[in-house]
Amino acid sequence: MAEVLVYVDHVDGAVRKPTLELLTLARRIGEPVALALGPGAEATAAVLAEHGAVKVLTADASEFSDYLVVPKVDALQAAYDAVSPAAVLVPSSAEGKEIAARLAVRIGSGIITDAIDLEAGDEGPVATQAAFAASFSTKSRVSKGTPVITVKPNSAPVEAAPAAGVVEALAVTFGALATGTKVTSRTPRESTGRPELTEAAIVVSGGRGVNGAENFHIIEALADSLGAAVGASRAAVDAGWYPHSNQVGQTGKSVSPQLYIASGISGAIQHRAGMQTSKTIVAINKDAEAPIFDLVDYGVVGDLFAVVPQLTDEIKARKG
Amino acid sequence: MSLRIVVCVKYVPDATGDRQFTEDLTVNRDDVDGLLSELDEYAVEQALQIADEADDAEITVLTVGPEDAKDALRKALSMGADKAIHVEDDDLHGSDVMGTSLVLAKAIEKAGYDLVITGMASTDGTMGVLPAILAERLGVPQVTLLSEVKVEDGVVTGRRDGDTASEQLEASLPALVSVTDQSGEARYPSFKGIMAAKKKPVESWDLEELEIESDEVGLEGSWTAVDSATQRPARTAGTIVKDEGEGGKSLAAFLAEQKFI
Repeated sequence: MAEVLVYVDHVDGAVRKPTLELLTLARRIGEPVALALGPGAEATAAVLAEHGAVKVLTADASEFSDYLVVPKVDALQAAYDAVSPAAVLVPSSAEGKEIAARLAVRIGSGIITDAIDLEAGDEGPVATQAAFAASFSTKSRVSKGTPVITVKPNSAPVEAAPAAGVVEALAVTFGALATGTKVTSRTPRESTGRPELTEAAIVVSGGRGVNGAENFHIIEALADSLGAAVGASRAAVDAGWYPHSNQVGQTGKSVSPQLYIASGISGAIQHRAGMQTSKTIVAINKDAEAPIFDLVDYGVVGDLFAVVPQLTDEIKARKG
Repeated sequence: MSLRIVVCVKYVPDATGDRQFTEDLTVNRDDVDGLLSELDEYAVEQALQIADEADDAEITVLTVGPEDAKDALRKALSMGADKAIHVEDDDLHGSDVMGTSLVLAKAIEKAGYDLVITGMASTDGTMGVLPAILAERLGVPQVTLLSEVKVEDGVVTGRRDGDTASEQLEASLPALVSVTDQSGEARYPSFKGIMAAKKKPVESWDLEELEIESDEVGLEGSWTAVDSATQRPARTAGTIVKDEGEGGKSLAAFLAEQKFI
């Protein structure tokens, strides 16, 4: 059976959920071989094997953290040369897309980014993507070279499928470009204890209607009652009420959770572009004419300062 | 010595218009107004600020696209760029990111550069991979997704805010930089800028001038193929209730029914 190379996103050996979803998709088109880089790479093997990786290639070198992107491309290319896979799958993070794109140029292949589904086809894997603020669905293939595809979080269920997960060290030779961009310092983002926005199953977002940074705790309290991530519209971010890292929309992050709750967000096209593929959409807004109500499964026309706290209390009461 | 900056910009269909595909599954540009991609305005702005700080700098804006794409160049020129290059060729129709990046890379090399600046992504395709591909093709350091950027003594430094960390980056010129919408508000063209832009040079190049064969680009030469594009069915009208004191509770009931609680 053809092997499919899967790039592993992990933090010190803890594999992030989008990679496990990739393994589910990889099994539809072949046998997953995983590539894990950096500190803790070997520690990823057990969970990757549990989710279908027949082999786990690992490499660690200071270059991966001291320089931007290119050393990881060198490693992915070494894995590609070693495996000769039928396809290469990479999580659609900002860095994941850059790594995948540079590999595609090197191996003379086409690239598809931000796939939301993947299936086997007669002429190779067929990827589903959302286009034009998710008003269209397209099905695409890579027509030249080995398909390189990046996949958005929440595109497939995480399924256990035990496999061998044999660990092999990968030899990586770094090219001249690897040390081109130096990382001179790194400040880890302070953890909020909430799930990461792009991979959360539930996202609770606040917009202009929240009316000030001091009111965002209402949104956070609702998020915490549901174990959700917190998002913000561009208006709220531009006003300085919430960090840019939490912005949902065309110029921020694209999310595709099971449930999206928009509070005080009108639903401009730029925001819709970032959340329209959410499975269930709920909105709370004072303005009955707000475009967000065209998208919702359930909408409440009302003051978020009354509705959101009541909702939070009710959720807590129901959860006991 | 003069600092040669090339800014890559894209002419895109207005996102607030009714965007559609044509029969060959390329973007229909006829029925929607086009404009300079908003995210590229940040690239032009940073180029202008870097040029202001340099002793001597020249900003060239570059685009690949149909005749109308000149509008995007004019906007960038009216913001303050010095000159423009328009790569236009009928054979480019339907090019994907690999084809477009090949054309851009050849044009950048022909123009000559010390620094290439792009936006973080286009507002139509939204792939966000072009900057990395260009750096790979040009063989220069990629200093991408910067929310702050500075060029001094032949070295570019910047801040990249990622999912898990904020990083300070450093690379020597020549280099490729991409900037985010957090890099600084883009200026509006002044009346004087708009008038001056009319007199600035716009060169037109075609594939032959860039020594690119027509089968390396365009729909036929694409590295990817779109097999179908279907309009998503409009979401079926959901339940909308007016809050008369119990709005939060009714929403909780809905969430419980959907098994979210």
